Amino acid sequence: MKPFTTVEGVAAPLPASNIDTDVIMPKQFLKGIDRSGLARGAFHDLRFDAAGAERPDFVLNRPPWRQACFFVVGQNFGCGSSREHAVWGLGQLGVRALIGTSFAGIFSDNCARNGLLAVTVGEQDIGALMERASDPARASFTVDLPNQEIAAADGYLVRFEVDPMRKEALLQGLDAVGSTLRRQDEIRTFERSHFQENPWLA
Amino acid sequence: MPRARARTLYDKLVDSHVVRKLDATGDQVLLYIDRTVLNEYTSPQAFTGLREAGRSVWRSGAALGVVDHVNPTAARRTAAMPDSQSARQVAYFAENCRDFGIELFDVLHPQQGIEHVVMPELGLVLPGMVIAAGDSHTTTYGALGALGFGIGASDIEHYLATQTLIYRRLKPMRVRVEGSLGAGATAKDVVMALIRNIGASGAVGYAIEFAGSVIRALSVEGRMTICNMAVEAGARGVVIAPDETVFRYIRERPRAPTGDLWNRGVEHWSKLGSDENAAFEREVLLRAEEIQPMVSWGTSPDQAAPIGEAAPDPAQEPDPDRRRDMARALDYMGLRPGTPLTAIKIDRAFIGSCTNARIEDLRAAAAVIRGRHVAKHVRAMVAPGSSSVRRAAEQEGLDRVFTEAGFEWRQSGCSMCLAMNDDVLGAGERCASSTNRNFEGRQGAGGRTHLMSPAMVAAAAIHGHLVDARTA
Repeated sequence: MKPFTTVEGVAAPLPASNIDTDVIMPKQFLKGIDRSGLARGAFHDLRFDAAGAERPDFVLNRPPWRQACFFVVGQNFGCGSSREHAVWGLGQLGVRALIGTSFAGIFSDNCARNGLLAVTVGEQDIGALMERASDPARASFTVDLPNQEIAAADGYLVRFEVDPMRKEALLQGLDAVGSTLRRQDEIRTFERSHFQENPWLA
Repeated sequence: MPRARARTLYDKLVDSHVVRKLDATGDQVLLYIDRTVLNEYTSPQAFTGLREAGRSVWRSGAALGVVDHVNPTAARRTAAMPDSQSARQVAYFAENCRDFGIELFDVLHPQQGIEHVVMPELGLVLPGMVIAAGDSHTTTYGALGALGFGIGASDIEHYLATQTLIYRRLKPMRVRVEGSLGAGATAKDVVMALIRNIGASGAVGYAIEFAGSVIRALSVEGRMTICNMAVEAGARGVVIAPDETVFRYIRERPRAPTGDLWNRGVEHWSKLGSDENAAFEREVLLRAEEIQPMVSWGTSPDQAAPIGEAAPDPAQEPDPDRRRDMARALDYMGLRPGTPLTAIKIDRAFIGSCTNARIEDLRAAAAVIRGRHVAKHVRAMVAPGSSSVRRAAEQEGLDRVFTEAGFEWRQSGCSMCLAMNDDVLGAGERCASSTNRNFEGRQGAGGRTHLMSPAMVAAAAIHGHLVDARTA
């Protein structure tokens, strides 16, 4: 997992509420057995028409946002299906952080497991950031995870909260499975007593 | 002696599975997971991760593999997949299950079906369990007094390697449904009414406990519909206290515990419930008498209304964000503001999915269409929730009711709920569907989905347009 510290780049506005993982990664891109080749799939049906040509009106096809590494998003972003392909695709498209008022639960966990920072900020801040992201002249942001700050090009500054465990994992690019396996004796001990109390599970 | 803090059922299910706290408050824990079910499309990257790291599966007997998402549902069942990529997913799934010692129901297995239909009908979901699986509709298992929730592929890998997950506790919400449902109002209408009421993000960060006289009176299958679809309000965990109805349902299942283990289980499970004084951060009350048959008009499950209403007018919506989302949804759905919902003509009708394709759902739909025929311009399909449901329906003669009415009687799978196989809506096609998501493109690029109960789908198929099944 690629560590996240301080990242600078363009932010794209995606203000609609409830953008679901079917829209983020449509079904035709779910047929692989690995994580690769998903950059084209990200927002595919909004970025491309039925013939595969770019839709020129869609924000991610327009400068400067086609280089966006941040999305400023509407509430409940990532709702719906558990497909982690949505997060892999955003990562492969070059997206490093999402900034919104709320994220769907499974999607939020999937982001954390893949080094994609999902920042939750208040209504007022999201309005201010959405306005700046929508203006090509002001759409450059700096996201500073160690200091938990988002700075827009015009100096507008937003402090954000982040779960300390997630922050640590993002900063270091930790492998969660390896960390948990260091506790395997504890898991075995728990499992033995769990099966004693619930013998129908053994 | 001080009294223990009053706890919710959700708290108790989590507490009993905590291997250790991961932070000072205990909000984040290493959570033991009792069981999982795997499918061919969300699991391959998890197995690849294990292979690359040279890791084994902690407890292979606690996992079941089921092919359900990509397989065709054509009446004549073969092992062939609709395309080479799907064939490769299914082959890799079989290889993974074999190499890691996991039982597999492949497409030709007599008990193949949609994972969340198969698990309860086998008796693999027991009260008090915590089950995590690579599919958002794992919340279904709340109907049996278990905590079920969906996870992504990285967490499937974490589960397979360690039997645990890094878990953050949710806030407790209680939804009471009191009174008694009117004729023609179903479990699907209850959950659609809830989602409309609290919104598609209304339960983000919460675990919902459903309670009240309506829930108590519902069958286990009806409760499964509610728990299944509550995830469309954002609930990552859903529970219902187990009762006699649940114990009766499980007892006859082929893999349920027997003898002394069964008796000890029931004794333990009978005590599972929220303490009387347990505090919920949010309470919602639904009055059953007010719940009408619901249909969705938009592209989010909260964009729904009772069948007697009309498509909304964005101009009347004061909130600018909601107005923008509403206008976009109506545009995608090809609906003019103010169109009565009963005036919406359909091209397709689909009865299927882990939400509404169990035997009671098929009976309810069959009761509407018996002796009638699907409208000429409508293509109608039934994809039973599992191969076992399909056989049970055939024993009752329901297959003939459907086929004589002009429905296609298909094999089991997720099918057109998410259209990963060859059951797909064409661009602009409009479908009455007993499924759970009306997202843009969900049933096919440009396809238009209206969610509703199986009986309402059946009535729409007969009339060729959305209609109130109570009077149609």
